[in-house]
Amino acid sequence: MTAADNGAASAPLSAAQPCVRIEGVTKRFGEFTAVDDVSLDIQEGEIFCLLGGSGCGKTTLLRMLAGFEQPSAGRILIDGQDMAGIAPYERPVNMMFQSYALFPHMTVQANVAFGLEQEKLPKDQIAQRVEAMLSLVRLDGMAQRKPHQLSGGQRQRVALARALVKRPRLLLLDEPLGALDRKLREHTQFELLGLQKQLGVTFVVVTHDQEEAMTLANRIGVMDRGRIVQVGSPRDIYEYPSTRFVADFIGSVNLFEGRLTEDEADYVRVACPELPAPVLVDHGVSAAPDATVWVAIRPEKIQLLRERPEVADNIAQGTVRDVAYMGDMSIYLVVLPVGRELRVTRANLQRKEEEIFESGDAVWLAWDAASPVVGTG
Amino acid sequence: MIHARRSILVPSIMAFGFAFLYVPILAMIGYSFNNSRLVTVWDSANSPTLKWYSALWRNQQVLDAAWLSFRIALLNATGAAILGTLAGLVLARFGRFRGRTLLTALTTAPLVMPEVITGLSLLLLFVAMEQAIGWPASRGVTTLTIAHITFSLSYVAVIVQSRLAGFDLSLEEAAMDLGARPVTVFLRITLPLIAPAIVSGWLLAFTLSWDDLVISQFVAGPGSSTLPMVIFSKVRLGVTPDINALATLMVLTVAVGVVIATVLLRRQERRRERDLRLAAGAD
Repeated sequence: MTAADNGAASAPLSAAQPCVRIEGVTKRFGEFTAVDDVSLDIQEGEIFCLLGGSGCGKTTLLRMLAGFEQPSAGRILIDGQDMAGIAPYERPVNMMFQSYALFPHMTVQANVAFGLEQEKLPKDQIAQRVEAMLSLVRLDGMAQRKPHQLSGGQRQRVALARALVKRPRLLLLDEPLGALDRKLREHTQFELLGLQKQLGVTFVVVTHDQEEAMTLANRIGVMDRGRIVQVGSPRDIYEYPSTRFVADFIGSVNLFEGRLTEDEADYVRVACPELPAPVLVDHGVSAAPDATVWVAIRPEKIQLLRERPEVADNIAQGTVRDVAYMGDMSIYLVVLPVGRELRVTRANLQRKEEEIFESGDAVWLAWDAASPVVGTG
Repeated sequence: MIHARRSILVPSIMAFGFAFLYVPILAMIGYSFNNSRLVTVWDSANSPTLKWYSALWRNQQVLDAAWLSFRIALLNATGAAILGTLAGLVLARFGRFRGRTLLTALTTAPLVMPEVITGLSLLLLFVAMEQAIGWPASRGVTTLTIAHITFSLSYVAVIVQSRLAGFDLSLEEAAMDLGARPVTVFLRITLPLIAPAIVSGWLLAFTLSWDDLVISQFVAGPGSSTLPMVIFSKVRLGVTPDINALATLMVLTVAVGVVIATVLLRRQERRRERDLRLAAGAD
């Protein structure tokens, strides 16, 4: 079962043609602009995550792909075919709803068969495909149950099976793991990845949960107020956030305002009023000298030391205010003399940590020139 | 002390309330088994008896009226269920459109309009139509049914609309997403899910038509007396025990309809609550 045998794919496939092309799409609801001039290519077989807070326009964008909303401006192409004026029931796209939207008056079997019945397939073929799909999502034996007789995880899998049994070119998932509890989420995440690899369907996932986005996605598009602010691999987004918003939104981060004092091609120095020493960053930034910039340092990239290291840059002194032991790691809140609080995490590699910092301890903080990210946006 | 007093107070208030509501009906039912010709004199020697019920069975006037009422109630319930469902759908689904407020007012008006006014205006309409286009040719089953539908469709519309207000729209979107055209979505998803509301609306419309008197008085023609009209005209000549028997049977019919409608609505409400709980993932 590959994506290529989908009957709805009309245009010839070529490697160069993206599965989905979004061109300058804008959606307005009255005065409110929900999606603002978004352009995006999503490749065949990819898992693409739209990540953002509530009201950032990610769900509206997804609903435009499904055909429930029409763009106010711009075009959406699926396999090179313009989707303007094409109804949801005519698109080679299926969606898994956040609420799962299982039909409460139908059995699991009838729920999954519903989509195939609309294609007017012969009965035995429908039964066969439904059965195969149910066993793929490990729901054999549940076929005659009603949705309310299933657990949350089982209902999620029925919703997935119902959408996948149509062999769509593109599967849209709206907060696929949102309704599951923590343990189940992690398990389901990997299951979802396995299914996607096996079926080769292109996934577009909408989520507000960055952890979910990081584990599922090949690429993430971070959205803010209707715009896509950065597109990249999970690692890119985390390590090289292009704007202050992205740095702050993904993971936890220590953000500083500063002034560019030295601006070379391969390094910059930033003077931050809140830090005693300059911040040395080993990459350049396109900004005028003396420009105001932001610097972001991830908590896990800061070292805690008892003694002052023999360097002039990238250090600070402070006092440990709080320690939170999380098991796999510990979080330290360190207060600088100016009153600014920094977050530092340390992995608890050994069962008995040799050097234990407690609240009230005076510490030195230091980090590599490769660790901070500097930007203007 | 307060607790003890309240524990007596509450049940006694309740008992009084129930007595107020049901003693008259129970008395009527009791007297329908009375042997005496005099309605208020209990003939304990020969009661209870079913003789008034068998007398009813031989009364052609009553039987004709009951059959007429039954046919009108059936036609009315079906017509009201269809039109009321359509009205409810439009009000719940079509958002803000031109004339929506007017439609809302029109569907709810019969709920608050005095029956005398509704009856009179319908009579005027039918007479005018007969003169203008020759239809309806005379007043009878047709006019009675039309008149009953006009007021009972409001009840169906309100029930269906409130059911649709709690309807998860993503169910219809999911069906459409799976390739179902709008007509299929309506027939296979929306209709089955609102069916309990339509059925209880149907039953309510049936009972409303079954015991309507005022509007029927206006639009009925000669030879088309409904059961409530027959009872009313007989009572004016003096209450006889066979009226008690007839009224008892009518109460029974209405009670059955209302009980079924209530049970359906309540079960549907519980199911909806359960679905909402499931959707919220709180199980």
